[in-house]
Amino acid sequence: MGTAQAMLSTRDRASAATPQAEFARNALYYMKLMREVEDRIERKLYRQGKILGGVYVGRGQEAIPVGAGLHAEPGDVLFPSHRDMALYFIRGVHPRQIFAQYMGRTGGLTRGRDGNMHMGDMKLNIVAIISAMAASVPVSVGAAMALRYKGTRNIAFNFFGDGATSRGDWHEGLNLAAVQKAPVVFVCNNNQYAYSTPLEKQMACANVADRAPGYGIPAEIVDGNDVAAVHEAVGRAAAHAREGLGPYLVECKTFRMTGHSAHDAADYVPKQLFDEWSGRDPIERWQNRAVAEGHLTRDDVRQMDEEIRREMDAAIAWAEASPYPDPADLTRNVYEER
Amino acid sequence: MQATYLEAIRRGLWEEMERDPNVFLLGEDIGVYGGAFKVTAGMLAHFGEKRVVDTPIAESAIVGAAIGASLMGLRPVAEMQFSDFITCAYDQIVNFAAKCRYRWDASVPIVIRAPSGGGIHGGPFHSQNPEALFTHTPGLKVVCPATARDAKGLIKAAIRDNDPVLFFEHKGLYRRIKEDIPEDDYTVPIGKAAVAREGRDLTIVTYGAMLYVALDAAEILDKEGVSAEVIDLRTVQPIDDETILASVRKTSKVLVLHEATLTGGVGGEIASRIAETAFDHLDGPVMRVAAPDTPVPFSAPLEEAFLPNVDRVLEKARALAAY
Repeated sequence: MGTAQAMLSTRDRASAATPQAEFARNALYYMKLMREVEDRIERKLYRQGKILGGVYVGRGQEAIPVGAGLHAEPGDVLFPSHRDMALYFIRGVHPRQIFAQYMGRTGGLTRGRDGNMHMGDMKLNIVAIISAMAASVPVSVGAAMALRYKGTRNIAFNFFGDGATSRGDWHEGLNLAAVQKAPVVFVCNNNQYAYSTPLEKQMACANVADRAPGYGIPAEIVDGNDVAAVHEAVGRAAAHAREGLGPYLVECKTFRMTGHSAHDAADYVPKQLFDEWSGRDPIERWQNRAVAEGHLTRDDVRQMDEEIRREMDAAIAWAEASPYPDPADLTRNVYEER
Repeated sequence: MQATYLEAIRRGLWEEMERDPNVFLLGEDIGVYGGAFKVTAGMLAHFGEKRVVDTPIAESAIVGAAIGASLMGLRPVAEMQFSDFITCAYDQIVNFAAKCRYRWDASVPIVIRAPSGGGIHGGPFHSQNPEALFTHTPGLKVVCPATARDAKGLIKAAIRDNDPVLFFEHKGLYRRIKEDIPEDDYTVPIGKAAVAREGRDLTIVTYGAMLYVALDAAEILDKEGVSAEVIDLRTVQPIDDETILASVRKTSKVLVLHEATLTGGVGGEIASRIAETAFDHLDGPVMRVAAPDTPVPFSAPLEEAFLPNVDRVLEKARALAAY
């Protein structure tokens, strides 16, 4: 159990409930936690000048890392993209480490060597993304091949956006995965914009999933704003990969409810698209359904919100108290130090 | 035991595969075919498909997959069929592999083997020496063996190293060099140069196939009364400053020789280091002999004019000796 998971008493109570109620609670909790941490970073800390460098958030896309990530077993390896923060919480990273990461402090996962979502930890089986989109795709295929090489039933989960599927690494990686029958699940968050470039200028086919059959990879399309739908689809994909049947692609249709980054007002996005998609917010939808189906009460939800909010202040204070890295260490750790 | 440079690499790979079940090979045509140059001949039959993986023609995927496997604790050795194709995997090498440890403390113990070098009429895309593209990237180690003994010892050291290592093996040496190599399990340390010939009057710093050009030139210079010391770098990143500087202090004159093109090459870096740290010991300018700044040409007279040779080394060495 990671620290983030142990954080909330509302969640702890879920262990006694039905699997459906436990999923309902976990899914809501991780989506809300991601939303709150990103809101604090983008709407408060960034504007207060406390964040170094760029901020890229997954507002409106939380159902994808949460629905998919809840299938990950400890021995599975995750390759998050830059709008998948919930994966880190699911693996036990604490929000304070994320705040410290964004502030360039030693308390962050990269100890100030890299920023924002560029973070990983092999003790948690999370591989850090690099800025070149889709570079992680072939890397995840190799990791999946290694998991099979070692005789495990573990798999790799690779996350990417629609824009990443234009890069050669994506195509080389999918092809290698298919030829090798590598146990990897590809999860696409198709949020319809790559920075300012809309999908129709990114690709001429209608869906990212349309590309998969060309490589001999099964694929399906789901509503990326429905955490249960994502969870079910990725569950099928993960089972397929674990059974040794090879890679599987799940395309999650969603929408980027922000600019590319905090400095981008996204004036190029037609306003009606934001209006349309704000009515499909994954958190609101799931909260209403979970309450309606009796997995949670309104009181449970209120308590969850309060606890997350309360935790944020302490986490931010911890991050701000975390020291900056020492310039004397600038040239260390380029190579293995013995 | 007598072995060619090629056999030495093959034996090194074979021994490491026997020693460590986490070592595996991947690349184009390395399995059934045994590699374009037959370096991995017989290995598929002996080690099986799990450990000798034929891949699609996709260098970025080959290196990316090697990185991913290494993060999970394996020790992949990836082959680029020709070093000229390594640029297709450039991003994976310089942005993914090289930076993992510094950014987030992740070890990437991969080896990328890349047959390099000219002299076989391979033309612009089968003859290049791209090592300097990678010496400029912190986080990578770059090895260029010249002898069969070193080729075996360095491939074994590279496989055991916990950082990414680029292993540029000169294809012109594959079958040309045959020598006695030890039969026991030895490694040659990465980052350590060798004094290939001792001398008093000037130093030729070189690596890879140019070692033999330097030694031939030294032989002729000796008859002219000039005693040349020849240093074989063996590794071009990190550079063995100590061995170079010890020689500079002795001879006070240095010529750097490499087959790769001149501008931005390893020679410029070595010249700078000597100028900065041993200026007082110098009795003449640090000189360079390298290929001219052109693509590697195809036709025989052009390629002969392109590749550094004994005459060009002698011309510079004589001028240097006269200082």
